[in-house]
Amino acid sequence: MLAATVRVTRDLAAAEESVQDAYVAALAAWARDGVPKRPGAWLTTVARRNALNALARRRTLQAKLPLLVEPGEAESPEPSRVPIPDDRLRLVFTCCHPALAREAQVALTLRLVCGVSTGDIAHAFLVSEPAMAARLTRAKKKIAAAAIPYAVPGPEDLPARLDTVLTVVHLLHTTGHTAPSGDALVRVDLAERALDLARMLHALLPREREVAGLLALLLVHQARQATRTDAAGRLARLADQDRKAWDRAAIAEADRLVVAALRAGPPGRFTLQAAIAALHAQSPSHAETDWPQILALYDELLAVWPSPVVALNRAVAVAMVHGPAAALDEVEALEGDGRLAAYRYLPATKADLLRRLGRHEEATEAYRAALALTDNATERAFLAEHLD
Amino acid sequence: MPQYAVLLYENVPPDDLPPEVQAAHGLMPGRVAEAGGRILAGMALHESSTATAIRGDLLTDGPFIETKEELAGVFVIEARDLDHAVALAKMTPIVDGGVEVRPLIGFEVLEGS
Repeated sequence: MLAATVRVTRDLAAAEESVQDAYVAALAAWARDGVPKRPGAWLTTVARRNALNALARRRTLQAKLPLLVEPGEAESPEPSRVPIPDDRLRLVFTCCHPALAREAQVALTLRLVCGVSTGDIAHAFLVSEPAMAARLTRAKKKIAAAAIPYAVPGPEDLPARLDTVLTVVHLLHTTGHTAPSGDALVRVDLAERALDLARMLHALLPREREVAGLLALLLVHQARQATRTDAAGRLARLADQDRKAWDRAAIAEADRLVVAALRAGPPGRFTLQAAIAALHAQSPSHAETDWPQILALYDELLAVWPSPVVALNRAVAVAMVHGPAAALDEVEALEGDGRLAAYRYLPATKADLLRRLGRHEEATEAYRAALALTDNATERAFLAEHLD
Repeated sequence: MPQYAVLLYENVPPDDLPPEVQAAHGLMPGRVAEAGGRILAGMALHESSTATAIRGDLLTDGPFIETKEELAGVFVIEARDLDHAVALAKMTPIVDGGVEVRPLIGFEVLEGS
């Protein structure tokens, strides 16, 4: 509804106001006449009418102040016949504009595209509600002042801009999947919002292979969600998870998406990550996993996305194919590189490799280092077990 | 159309700019117009060592804020939106440095606040 209204106002603040006015009108009208058959459509119509009225008032004001105000090109909106999904897409691209800071992109997407309350967003990102409200206000002010466009980018800009959008959705899911701190390992709500967004993007941009890749990746993560912790709430490693409890339908859907994306052209980073995740998910057991294939996919992933985090995950596959000693060399090289100095999974991976090599004292030291870097209570408990 | 200031940060002093870069600066208004924008004003600054800073009654030699990259010039452009403004600003010839795009406060913004 907000997206459809912004299309009329071209101004987020004015659109939000129109939508809020529509809710107020609904309270009165529905109490009097009963709830209409399609309440969503009713609200959207009223919100857009409010917005158009506000614009008309503004135009009258401008006509009376011809010397003060130059009417811009964007100020002749017609009641739109463009379907609402298109508006949602524009809104996503505005919220995830690269001129906004990542944290603002994430917060705006949750607030304006998903309709999550400011308080809930603040809670999810562990900041106070006034701080989150201020962050949102700053971002909206920048959108208005700098005239960040409310539009789907043209073909030449689309790949880079889409990558930003997908990164934001992925970040939302990761935050929901492994909350950086707190007691519950999974913030189900955020993860589900991210999955909804990925589904929406895939429906609106069915030919974009990386969108299919992201959706597949989130589906596999979601399919394994229930088994990431055991009955007592303790963290279970991939090797120890109960594969029978994984959501087979979601994994099959992910697999279809990955296969179609891989066939359509050279894969990007989300498609490759999804391919790796799907391969893990389809293996009957950890031992029977096709590790050489996983390693080959990691090589491709590292080529399109040279990130130290990818290199660290690749080291895990190296351990399975070439043994823990070879993997340890790679992890130690990453340690020397320094970019992962605060990344808790680096010492955790190193500890596991050292343990498998029988170097227990060094392993204990690495577990301590990993413990010092994590706030998540479930992950802390998992790491601490190895210290006893 | 919204207006933006494009702030040029260039580490090469104006006198040392290669002739082709100086020529490219001269071609900017035409290129911007071809791309559907307009340059409304532009100015190039002498090196920051020629600046005088004033704080209250105190005069000091040099720019108000010392930065690694020197502010070398400013121009004002008109563009459809931020994406258009960024595309126009990217045409700025820079040897070693970069540019910043800042929206200018206009009547529309004042009216909304």
